[in-house]
Amino acid sequence: MPMTDPLTDTAARIADSIRRTTIDQSKRANVGHIGSALSIADILAALFAGPLADVDPSDPDRHRLVLSKGHAVLALYGALHACGRLTDAELDTYCGDGSHLAGHPEHTLEGIDFSTGSLGQGLSLAAGCALAARLQGSERIAFTVMSDAELNEGSVWEAAMFAAHHQLSRLVAIVDVNGQQALGYTRDVLDLEPLAARWESFGWDVHEVDGNDLRALGDTLQSLRMDGGAPHVVLARTVFGKGVTFMENRIEWHYLPQTDAEYALAAAELERGEK
Amino acid sequence: MRREFIEALVAVAERDERVVLLTGDLGFAALEPFSERFPDRFFNAGVAEQNMVGMATGLAEAGLTPYVYSISTFASMRGYEFIRNGPVLHDLPVRIVGVGEGADYSHNGITHYALEDVALMRAQPGLTLVNPASSGQVAPMLRAVQDLSGPAYIRLSKLSGSVPGLPDEFELGRAHRIGAGGSIAIVALGAMASNAVAAADLLAERGVQASVIVVSSITPAPIEDLIAGLSGVSLALSVEAHYVTGGVGSLVAEVIAENGLGCRLIRAGAQAAPAGVSGSLAYMHEQLGISPQRLADRVLEALQVRSEAAVLQVPNDAAVLL
Repeated sequence: MPMTDPLTDTAARIADSIRRTTIDQSKRANVGHIGSALSIADILAALFAGPLADVDPSDPDRHRLVLSKGHAVLALYGALHACGRLTDAELDTYCGDGSHLAGHPEHTLEGIDFSTGSLGQGLSLAAGCALAARLQGSERIAFTVMSDAELNEGSVWEAAMFAAHHQLSRLVAIVDVNGQQALGYTRDVLDLEPLAARWESFGWDVHEVDGNDLRALGDTLQSLRMDGGAPHVVLARTVFGKGVTFMENRIEWHYLPQTDAEYALAAAELERGEK
Repeated sequence: MRREFIEALVAVAERDERVVLLTGDLGFAALEPFSERFPDRFFNAGVAEQNMVGMATGLAEAGLTPYVYSISTFASMRGYEFIRNGPVLHDLPVRIVGVGEGADYSHNGITHYALEDVALMRAQPGLTLVNPASSGQVAPMLRAVQDLSGPAYIRLSKLSGSVPGLPDEFELGRAHRIGAGGSIAIVALGAMASNAVAAADLLAERGVQASVIVVSSITPAPIEDLIAGLSGVSLALSVEAHYVTGGVGSLVAEVIAENGLGCRLIRAGAQAAPAGVSGSLAYMHEQLGISPQRLADRVLEALQVRSEAAVLQVPNDAAVLL
């Protein structure tokens, strides 16, 4: 039995809440992208229990978060909700008419720094945030959460080169390495490995971590040096659909919404896990 | 107009520390006045336009005013979706600077010809789109654009020089008319104003009077000035170093149609990609049908149709009548 600590306990509470929100809201709205959201529940929980815990969305000097894999936004709404930044009523507008809570994040919602949804753009946005922080003498950090499949986009590597060349040490890219993309496993579509070596060869400070281990994620985030040197990439090896067994590592849960029976099964498993 | 632009940008940056300049590895012997004066605010993003625009979005979100610089084709098209999802969607003050209008890059060929950038940028709501007509318009243009809270696309001709009759002034949403009234108006975009004025001179030699309306602010569009300039005009000729679709010819067509102006429009500009055809700028303007002589000929041909139609008294085909 691993020792617990307050930060990890908080993260665990947030992660549970994100998963519950993901299952409930995707069912209510009858939409998909469930597996992708579950995949980053622990990553967002570690961020919102850690460096993003006290972020004031109205503070221009706040840390920035770019959810580059915008299709997993339900996990971000879940995190904001778990931290008291979104009400139940707001959450219940998800994917509804006139809602700010769309199927991909929009910056018009307080707490969302950038609208995303087109893959391969987030790292450039975050690199700009980090460069701005340097120019303005600020200690704010730019975080981006990316998918592994979006590394297919050439623009990611444009940003990777720039950030390393300019040693943007306040840039943190967390890649959700769940090994899946819309139509197949990444190893079958466009193999990304050796992923760590690729990032290292681009001049990044590379960390590989179990992306569903909250303690490991938290420790890794805390260990990153922000006072100069290379930008950081955390290769978070996750299980796609983590927390709902019948969704785990299944391609179809990129897109499928849940049937009533599937929802009942998923909700029951989450409830068991939370006890 | 690169030299004028950089001089003006240095002047703006002297008093506004928000200004940052990024280049996609272009601007040799052009950007140095800025990069040497403000080395900490100058970044060569490398040959990577998408990332350059994406980073500019992040810079602008933090309160800076980034200018991203490249050849118009690369500046407008390579990172188009980044422009759309970044500064346009977030309404942020990124300035995209494209050098070269139409076939300005002459012998470099079609990949360097900006023939659809105006159409692409016109389609983006909230994006200011300017195309100075003369060197003297560049500095006032930049002063007008700098303080905008939203994004802008600045289309710069490679040519420097003045346009006879055009003052060194610039105002967003305004056009400038050169020459008095008459029933013929030539509406020119950006540096095509020079060819338009030269065409008007050729027409004057033939006893045909034409005014020239210079459009250097496309978005916001100079609607009222176009209405005023085209009222009482029976034939308008639009001129642009651009495809005839989506640029100033389309803008003029919209103004005529939406305001019920009784004016026939002929659009001069590229009809097809000039693939396999390159050469000097004068040669390319001839090929694209936008040289002074070709423009004057378009007007004379249209007048010929009218006079023949009048002689033959065949008023049934309204499409060919003025």
